[in-house]
Amino acid sequence: MSNVLALIEVSHRGEIAASARGLLAAAATLGSPVAVVVSPAPLSDDDVARLGELGAARIYLAVTAAAGTVLVSPAVDALSGAVDAYGPAAVLAANSVDGREAAARLAVRVGGSVLADVVQVRSDNGTVVAQHSVFGGAYTVESVVKGGLPILTIRQGAIEGQAPAATANLQTVSLEARTEGAAVIDQFNDDAAVSVRPELRTAATVVSGGRGLGSSGNFVLVEQLADTLGAAIGASRAAVDAGYIAQTAQVGQTGVSVSPQLYIALGISGAIQHRAGMQTAKTIVAINKDEDAPIFEVADFGIVGDIFTVVPKLIEAVKARSN
Amino acid sequence: MKIVVLVKQVPDTAEERKLDLATGQLDREAADSVVDEINERALEAALRIKDANKGTEVVAMTMGPDDATQSLRKALSMGADSGVHIVDDSLDGADTGRTAATLAAALRSTGFDVVMAGNESTDGRAGVVPAMVAEHLQLPLLGSLISAEIADEGVRGVRQGEGGTLNVRAGLPAIITVTERFPEARFPNFKGILTAKRKPVTTLSVAELGIPTGASRTVVVSTVERPPRAAGRKLIDDGTAAEELAEFLVANRLV
Repeated sequence: MSNVLALIEVSHRGEIAASARGLLAAAATLGSPVAVVVSPAPLSDDDVARLGELGAARIYLAVTAAAGTVLVSPAVDALSGAVDAYGPAAVLAANSVDGREAAARLAVRVGGSVLADVVQVRSDNGTVVAQHSVFGGAYTVESVVKGGLPILTIRQGAIEGQAPAATANLQTVSLEARTEGAAVIDQFNDDAAVSVRPELRTAATVVSGGRGLGSSGNFVLVEQLADTLGAAIGASRAAVDAGYIAQTAQVGQTGVSVSPQLYIALGISGAIQHRAGMQTAKTIVAINKDEDAPIFEVADFGIVGDIFTVVPKLIEAVKARSN
Repeated sequence: MKIVVLVKQVPDTAEERKLDLATGQLDREAADSVVDEINERALEAALRIKDANKGTEVVAMTMGPDDATQSLRKALSMGADSGVHIVDDSLDGADTGRTAATLAAALRSTGFDVVMAGNESTDGRAGVVPAMVAEHLQLPLLGSLISAEIADEGVRGVRQGEGGTLNVRAGLPAIITVTERFPEARFPNFKGILTAKRKPVTTLSVAELGIPTGASRTVVVSTVERPPRAAGRKLIDDGTAAEELAEFLVANRLV
């Protein structure tokens, strides 16, 4: 079976990124997964075991002083070494800020081609076929690479399931720390709050707030409903621009794309740019006082009403039924 | 300092965008073409450097069909000094790899200290072209910045990472990409619109750039349109709508 490389991101604190599961699951559907890891120090036994549990048959560990101090290029050097060592059928990276830059540079360096923002993969008689969800899910497009190595960036949260567990065979190489032609990292500034709520991209339920909330103080209404439902919190761009909530919560054309089981839009008009980030949700609920708001055109259940009246009642009604 | 801003003409996200189901390529008739907003933010950042330092030269560069000159004119009317338009029938439907190779060749011939671009376009959303260009030119890339300080000694910026931000820096020449956290672009004023007509736009073909012709290596094999969503129930709240919604959620096992 042909090897498939998966670039596993490790945070500067040494944590394996959540994207590892989906990358190794996708790699396993195409061949034998090889986890490519860049680290300033050898991996712990726990990390090796964890990558095996997630399906890595092999781990190609590049140890370099440049990890965590030079931006992205150590990952490109490691991937390039792993391509030489394993002759893979495909290379997968997360569609993250680091992952896609590494994929892009690798494509130029080894003569491969990038298939970007992939939501599903399959092998068709040995040809790697990538599926993309285009224009906010309005189209499903399949693409392949003709001649050259396919390098895929995988949308985070899009691949479900987990690869069969394996016992990972560890190969460690040491990588020269090069800084020429690369940017240097001076400092990491971690996000302060570690939320107990589910992650927006992978949550089963998302509650989003829009300009209709009226103020950042009123945004607590969104939080209350989200916590009642065990949901992640999203927002429209209007709410982000108004400063009600951080930009990382933005759902839409230029924010995060979500496909939850249930999406509840509170005080969101539903401009086409917002719908592009949520219209593939299984069930959409909208509450808005404007009867003509475009969000109702895509809502399975819409309520024309005042969110400040309806939402507290909804919270009570849901709580009453779950007791 | 010479700054080249990469500009992409894209379908307006405020309209319904369509793909040609036979080719998988963009249906250019379906929606109006505009300068991608993220590129306008990159241009704004470049123009602010020019505002503060009159010796700065700002060049807007685009690759696209004949009508992409509209996007260059918009950039010139906002304040860019000149434009470069890479236009060639053989680039029709170019993939990210071919686009990046072409832009890299054009950047080499144009010359620059800094290249500025958006972190990802609103149509393709691949976010890989600037990094590919950086690899072709063997240059540092400071990607997905939320702020940047650009000086003759080099560029420093704050990058939006996955679980936080990073302070990053590089010497010049360098490539940077901006995110939506950068300020909104200025509107062209009347004087800008008038002077834009007299500013130079250089046209470059694939032959002039000396890059090999040839098809893109990524190929779309199928394009399927998702059936449009139908609207479901819509209630006017009479005081009982919240109860009905709770019933709906329970009946559909959503809570």
